[in-house]
Amino acid sequence: MSDNQFIKITYREAVKQAIREALQKDERVFLMGEDVGRYGGAFAVSKGLLDEFGPERIMDTPLSEAGFTGAGIGAALAGMRPIVEVMTVNFSLLAMDQIVNNAATLLHMSGGQVNVPVVIRMNSGIGRQLAAQHSHSWEPLYAHIPGLKVLSCATHEDARGMLLTALQDPDPVIIFEYTFLLNAEGEIPVNAGAVDITRAKVRREGRDISIITYGPALFKVLEAAAELSSAGIEAEVVDLRVLRPLDDDTVMASVKKTHKVLLVEEAWCSVNVSSELSARIMENAFYELDAPVQRLGGVEVPIPYPKHLEDASIPQKADIVNKVKKMLQHD
Amino acid sequence: MIEFRMPSLGADMEAGTLCEWLVKPGDTVKRGDIVATVDTQKGLIDIEVFEEGRIEKLLISEDEKVPVGSLMALIDDGKGTPVSATVLIPVTTETITPAVEKKIETELPHRIKASPLAKKIAEENGVDISTVTGTGEEGAITKEDVLKVVAERTSPPEEKKGASSESIRMAVAAAMSKSNREIPHYYLETEVDMTKALAWLTAANLQRSVKERLLPVVLYMKATAKALAETPDLNGHWVNAFLAKKEINMGFVVSLRTGGVMIPAIHDVGAKTIDEIMASLNDVIPRARALKLRSSDLSETTITITSLGEGSVETVYGVIYPPQVAIVGFGSISEQPWAENGMLDVRPVLNITLSADHRATDGATGSRFLMALKNHLQKPELL
Repeated sequence: MSDNQFIKITYREAVKQAIREALQKDERVFLMGEDVGRYGGAFAVSKGLLDEFGPERIMDTPLSEAGFTGAGIGAALAGMRPIVEVMTVNFSLLAMDQIVNNAATLLHMSGGQVNVPVVIRMNSGIGRQLAAQHSHSWEPLYAHIPGLKVLSCATHEDARGMLLTALQDPDPVIIFEYTFLLNAEGEIPVNAGAVDITRAKVRREGRDISIITYGPALFKVLEAAAELSSAGIEAEVVDLRVLRPLDDDTVMASVKKTHKVLLVEEAWCSVNVSSELSARIMENAFYELDAPVQRLGGVEVPIPYPKHLEDASIPQKADIVNKVKKMLQHD
Repeated sequence: MIEFRMPSLGADMEAGTLCEWLVKPGDTVKRGDIVATVDTQKGLIDIEVFEEGRIEKLLISEDEKVPVGSLMALIDDGKGTPVSATVLIPVTTETITPAVEKKIETELPHRIKASPLAKKIAEENGVDISTVTGTGEEGAITKEDVLKVVAERTSPPEEKKGASSESIRMAVAAAMSKSNREIPHYYLETEVDMTKALAWLTAANLQRSVKERLLPVVLYMKATAKALAETPDLNGHWVNAFLAKKEINMGFVVSLRTGGVMIPAIHDVGAKTIDEIMASLNDVIPRARALKLRSSDLSETTITITSLGEGSVETVYGVIYPPQVAIVGFGSISEQPWAENGMLDVRPVLNITLSADHRATDGATGSRFLMALKNHLQKPELL
C-alpha cells in the first residue's frame, strides 16, 4: 500500500477506527460512557468493540454524567488514559463541574504536580430534528475555559486522527464530534493516523476573502466557496480545528492575504468563537482590513423542531454566498 | 459692506493667483468658510473668510494674479457700511437678481470613511485620502480606490499648477536669504534634564487612547508659550521697530518628504491645553505634508519652533523667519552624563537653542527666556 492510496469511509467509521487504534496501541486506554458497550454506542460508533476488547476496556456507565466524568478524571489522575464519551454536548452540562472545576484546574492547583490526561468526546450541533434540548452547539462554553484544549473534528481525517494525538497530551482535551456528519462519506489516506492538534488549516486557497469556520459549517462554507468561484470570487476557507488555544498565526496570515473576513459558525452569535476571533483580528491585523469583519452565526432562539425552521436557525450555503457577495459588492 | 482682500500668507508673499472661486454672488458665507483657492509659491492654499454675509460681487476673475491686499470681492454684511472711496464699482443698470436664500446646512463635520488598509496604503504612498473617491459600502474608501489613485499618479505627470518641490525650495530660499541679510542673529543654548518630563509624558499617555497620545513636542510648545509670557519681547514682529503680539501663534516647522519646509501655525498656544495643542498638530501636520493648508494656518505667526525629533542630531540652530524675532530649536533627547549635587549620573538630556533678533532683544532677555523654558519643563504637571 502506498501513501497515495485513499479509502472511502464514513465519519462514524473514522471515529471508530481511531478508538480501536488507541485501544490497541496503549493498554492504559479505555472507553467509558453511556451505552458504549452492549448497545454499541448511542450513535453506533463503538459497535463491536466490547467483543474485541472486553468489559474492562469498554465500560458501560450509569446515566450520571457528573459521576462517570469524575471517575474518568480520577482514572487519569491514577495513570490511566481514559476516553470519556459524553453522549452529546447537551448532557455535558451535568458533567461541567467535573470538567471545569477538576480537570481544568488540578494542574494549576497542585503547583504543576498533577496532570489530568483525560480525553472527553462529545457529539455536538444540530442532528435531524432533535429539537431545542438536543441540538446545542456549545463549543464556545468550553473554549472559554483555561486549562482545557478544545478540538473540533470537521473532517474525516481529523475524526480519524485527533483522538490519537489528544491521548498523548498530558492535560485534558475536549473533542467535539458532529451528529450531523456521522453518515457522511469522505476519503482519507489508507495509512491515516494521528494529526496535529495545534494549528488551524486552510481547506481552500483564495485571494478575495477569508471565510473562517469550524465544525459542520465547514462543509457549507466549502460548498459556498465552490459556488462563489464560478462567480469569479475566490474565497479562502480556514478550518479552525482547535478552538482553544486559537491559532492566531494561521488566521492572521489569511487576513493579511485577503484583507476581508467572514466568520461562520453554528453556535449563537452572542459571545461565540467568532466574537473572540473578531476581537483578535482587530487587535492584531486592524491595518490589514479593507472592510469590517462580518459574522454569520446561529439565530438566537432555542433550536426549533420543524425542519424548515431548524434549517433557518443556522447559516446555510445560500446565506454564506449572499453575505460574501454583499461584502464584495457583486450583485 | 465688507472688503475681501488677497491675504498675506507669510512675509515673503507678494502676490497670489486666484485659481478658483468656490462661491458665487448671492451665496451666504460664514466665518471659516473657504471661498477661494489661491496659488502661491507654497502651493494651492484654501482661503477662508472671517466675516458673515452674502457675496455681493466678485471683483477678480480666475487665473488673475494680484498683489497682496488687493480687493477680491465685496461681501454684504447687511450693515450698509460704505465701501472705501478707492474702490471703483462699475456703474451698471442691471438689477442684481435677488439671491435665492440658500439654507445653511448644519451638518456635522464631514468624516472620511476609509478602511484601515486603505488608510495605510494611502499613507505609505503619500496619497491625501480626502482626494480619493470611495466605492465601498456606504461610499467607504477601500484598498482598490487608493491603488487606483496611486496608479493614475504614477502615469506620466501632467504639468500641474500649484506647489512643486521647486517652488517651495525657492520660497524657503527667499525667506532665509532675507533673514540672513537683514537680521543680526544671536544664539544661546542650554541643556535640560528631561527625566521628569518624560516620566510625566509616559504616565499621561497611559490614560490616553492611541489617537490622543502626546508627543514631547507639545510639552516644548506649551513650555515655550509659558516662558514667552514672562519674556514677551520675543513674541512679535520687527517691521522698522518691534511690534509685540499678545496672542502666541506658534509656527511649527514641518519637513516635506520632497524637500523644503512648511510652517503652519498653532494659534493662541498660551490659551490651549496640552491636549488641544496635540489635536491641532494632528490636524495640521498631515495637511502641511499634503500641501493642503488654509490661509489661517499660515498667517499671523509670531514665533517659530523647530524640533528635529527622535534619532536626529542633539542641537539645532534655527534661522529666524521674518518678520518674527525668534526661533527656538529643540534637538533630539539623548542620554548624557549629568553632574548634580556633586554626583555624576546619566540622564535624558535635551539641548534647546534660541536664535533671536538682536535688533529686538539682547542676550539677557534671551537667557531669561531659556531659563524660564527650562524651569517649566521641570514641572510638566503644571503645563
